Amino acid sequence: MVTLTAPETAHTSTATAGTASAGATLIDGATLIDLAGSSVRDLNQALHQATDGQAWTVKTPGGKHSLAVGIDADIDVTIDGHAGYYAAGMHQKGEVTINGNAGVGLAENIMSGKVHVTGDASQSAAATGHGGLVVIDGNAGARCGISMKGVDIVVGGNIGHMSAFMAQAGRLVVCGHAGEALGDSIYEARIYVRGTVASLGADCIEKPMTAEHLDELAGLLAAAGRTEDPADFRRYGSARNLYHFSVHNSTSY
Amino acid sequence: MCGIAALQLRNPSLHPQMGSLLSSMLCQIVDRGPDSAGLAVYDTPGLVSEGTATLSLLGKDQGLPVTDITAALAALLPSAAAAVKVVGDTTLVSAAVGTGLLVKAVSETLPQATIIGRGEHVAVMKSVGHPMEIAAEHGLEAMSGSQGLSHTRMATESAVTAGGSHPFSVADDLCLVHNGSFSNHATIRRNLVRDGVVFDSDNDTEVGARYIASRLQQGDDLETALTNLGKVFDGFYTLVVTTADSMAVVRDPIACKPAIIAETDDYVAMASEYRALAALPGIETARIFEPEPGKVYTWSL
Repeated sequence: MVTLTAPETAHTSTATAGTASAGATLIDGATLIDLAGSSVRDLNQALHQATDGQAWTVKTPGGKHSLAVGIDADIDVTIDGHAGYYAAGMHQKGEVTINGNAGVGLAENIMSGKVHVTGDASQSAAATGHGGLVVIDGNAGARCGISMKGVDIVVGGNIGHMSAFMAQAGRLVVCGHAGEALGDSIYEARIYVRGTVASLGADCIEKPMTAEHLDELAGLLAAAGRTEDPADFRRYGSARNLYHFSVHNSTSY
Repeated sequence: MCGIAALQLRNPSLHPQMGSLLSSMLCQIVDRGPDSAGLAVYDTPGLVSEGTATLSLLGKDQGLPVTDITAALAALLPSAAAAVKVVGDTTLVSAAVGTGLLVKAVSETLPQATIIGRGEHVAVMKSVGHPMEIAAEHGLEAMSGSQGLSHTRMATESAVTAGGSHPFSVADDLCLVHNGSFSNHATIRRNLVRDGVVFDSDNDTEVGARYIASRLQQGDDLETALTNLGKVFDGFYTLVVTTADSMAVVRDPIACKPAIIAETDDYVAMASEYRALAALPGIETARIFEPEPGKVYTWSL
């Protein structure tokens, strides 16, 4: 093991370089931070100073909150274990992989880039996300994609109730089943569900799957590394009775 | 907010570690409720013993010296080996009689006392202040036992008082902790009072505990009692209920309040957040899941 003397961040403040050298080691080209000995603040500060192309590994996350938030560089971050609340929030660039479960508010307000959870995610995953891709291999809890504004979400398992509530734009793909009140008060987001839907929320209806939608869904499944057949899914969206949809605004979504 | 951590040990070889495991869990939920805290421990040697009723009284000072309380109880309950013990900020009174009789004797001896726990298996301890200090004061770390339940409170529905801390233990070996708030508790309280139920506090959770106790008394099993609670109570809740040999978890159908469960062959653990479970032995291979909204989960020893 080599102690990282923060070569890329040597020009930054000495305090920061000090914390990075105290908590990080470089292994196989990836910078390793073990949260058994480093603080979440140190981790996030180091990630904010990372440069494009770097790889980071986080060990012993222990369900701590706010891991890997606000990343604004094209880096790969792997969290080995379960993450707490608001992991990978405000994600801007690069990819965060959580090898485990994620707590409440995963990838909240994600702008772009990718966040991948190999286990389950708790409620409000990808809430208010503006862009990027959130992949959850397991189940997602209630309110998945609540108020999504352009993010794409692919869930391998089931999603809980009130998912895609007031979803404005983006796509939500569910390979399992959806809970009660799916897509309540939905605007222009698109929802694809392979399994059953417990109930649809106000103003959310099933819509026909056309070639355009099969293509779109195939692309999303491929991006998430999934092998489901797009033909097995049904599409849901807004009946546009609850809000004043104007076709002039269609390109805004 | 409020924080909950509960542990049921299936493997008796883990019993000596009950206190230290629960303490490590409690430490991670302090942020969720730093106002006050409470603990319930089951089958802890030195605190309770089978065949003997034990009452947990709020506060270490009951206004009478321990020897006077013991003498008064011995006079009321001859040959019942009445004993009084102060643990942290809690007074434990035990005697080899039925719980009902001991309650009567204690109420006569200490009319001002608040009984916060009763039964043959459970000891309940609660106080105001930093949860880890409360746990340390009561010596949780060293306690052995079969089950443990802890709660850190951020008060919303009633004042920050020791009496308002959870758990609420209002029937033999029954404890209830609550993260959330009941919105129609006053109405249900009035109905229970009409049926003759007596309350110790203004707390909304106490109404939930009294309701469960009343349902159990009417013949419901724990699961049915909690299902009935879901039909009657309005509000937000994640509840954990323990009895002498079982533990139950239920969340309201909206599920605003968090809960996560880890299950292995050795234990079932429930906490408000995963970080409270992270230090448990064998957590890497545990089955970890979030309880579904509105569904009652029960585990028996």
